[in-house]
Amino acid sequence: MSGRIFNIYRFSSPATFYPLAGKIARIAAWIALLLLAVGLYMSFFVAPTDYKQGEGYRIIFIHVPAAWMSMFIYLVMAFWAGIGLVFNTRLSSMMAQALAPTGAIMTFIALWTGAFWGKPMWGAWWVWDARLTSELILFFLYIGFIALQGAIDDNRRADRAGAVLLLVGVVNIPIIYFSVKWWNTLHQGASVSIKNGSSMSTIMLQAMLVMTFAFWAYSIAVSLYRVRSIILEREKDARWVSELPEVGR
Amino acid sequence: MFDAFRVIIARDLLLAMRRRSDVLTTLFFFVIVVSLFPLGIGPELDTLRLIAPGVFWVAALLASMLALEKLFFVDYQDGALEQMLLAPQPLSILVLGKVFAHWLVTGVPLVLLSPLLGLQYDLSGDTILTMMITLLLGTPALSLIGAIGAALTLGLRGGGVLVSLLVLPLYIPVLIFGAGAVEAEVSGLGGAGHLSMLGAILLLSILAAPLATAAALRISAE
Repeated sequence: MSGRIFNIYRFSSPATFYPLAGKIARIAAWIALLLLAVGLYMSFFVAPTDYKQGEGYRIIFIHVPAAWMSMFIYLVMAFWAGIGLVFNTRLSSMMAQALAPTGAIMTFIALWTGAFWGKPMWGAWWVWDARLTSELILFFLYIGFIALQGAIDDNRRADRAGAVLLLVGVVNIPIIYFSVKWWNTLHQGASVSIKNGSSMSTIMLQAMLVMTFAFWAYSIAVSLYRVRSIILEREKDARWVSELPEVGR
Repeated sequence: MFDAFRVIIARDLLLAMRRRSDVLTTLFFFVIVVSLFPLGIGPELDTLRLIAPGVFWVAALLASMLALEKLFFVDYQDGALEQMLLAPQPLSILVLGKVFAHWLVTGVPLVLLSPLLGLQYDLSGDTILTMMITLLLGTPALSLIGAIGAALTLGLRGGGVLVSLLVLPLYIPVLIFGAGAVEAEVSGLGGAGHLSMLGAILLLSILAAPLATAAALRISAE
């Protein structure tokens, strides 16, 4: 080996990735904790009260990061699934599988906090707004993926079937989004717009971004911890697993 | 290649004719679901006219989904599917043939019966015509998209319920534009835009869905 370039392929093997994932996960968890503390402090004590929505608007600092992460994680999952399908790398499919519960939880948080935000602002827990509806459909897509993976006993088949489903889903998401949007405008909806936060003050935006990075770091940490468990489960017969200090009997 | 396409269609139609009850089950499921709504909602014709497009389309969605289970399962059980995987012709063409035959058997009867049910909902002639056109454009797209789900869940425990979980979210655009076209026609806006979108979805699924289905079949049958 020339050693001139850093060999990224080294970490495509579960045996070498496992300790690395542990290190990154630990760092990401600390970053998440730190940013969460800063972000929550900023969003509760530093950010001013909104002149229109009062204190209730503060749920935005949870709601928007969760919604962003829910969409972003689906793309990351599809990316890993595509890599896994094309290059037949086991680890990529494990990453896709590890990300799914986090993505589903983010979608759920976004929907849940959205309902809590909607009640005081619009007077309804749920309106059939384009964004809400497409977020709900995204939640269904996550659940479908998790259910498919759970129903297949053979890991390799589960990986590849899940990958096909994710790729089909990614192609469909823009179609679904625009059809829902068009459907909503045609029906004249509940005549509410989410865009009333466009005149957001800088400090609010900063708090929201800090919270987003906190959620991001959290997702990285949790999914890496989860992928470590998946690796251990699938490679339990491998020699290197039995030699791990935490596995030793 | 087109011979194989034709042979597959002829074979599947023949098989369907030999097992006619399967075909009728889907059709009567559609009829019963559509007839249940007035019983649940009430017989006021004004209300029924309003909800008819949605009811018809949701019933068509469910009927098409129920029929999916049989799309590949019999071939999977008796080994015919393996022969198709080994055949020199591209698998996606064979899949397209199978889905087309499946649509002829489960989708077309539904389209043909919809005017009769439309009369039960007191729809006007123009509305019924629009409804038929949307179903004619939409049901093949449903079969094509559904085939992906059917291939992915082939031979799994509880495959039927799983298919609905996978496929129904993907059906949503077809539902929106299908029911939307009828509603737009009723309200006098003209449903041409929706029909074009429905046609676009159909074309896209003809191009892409057989490829994804073929990939899924290879994964499931290996």
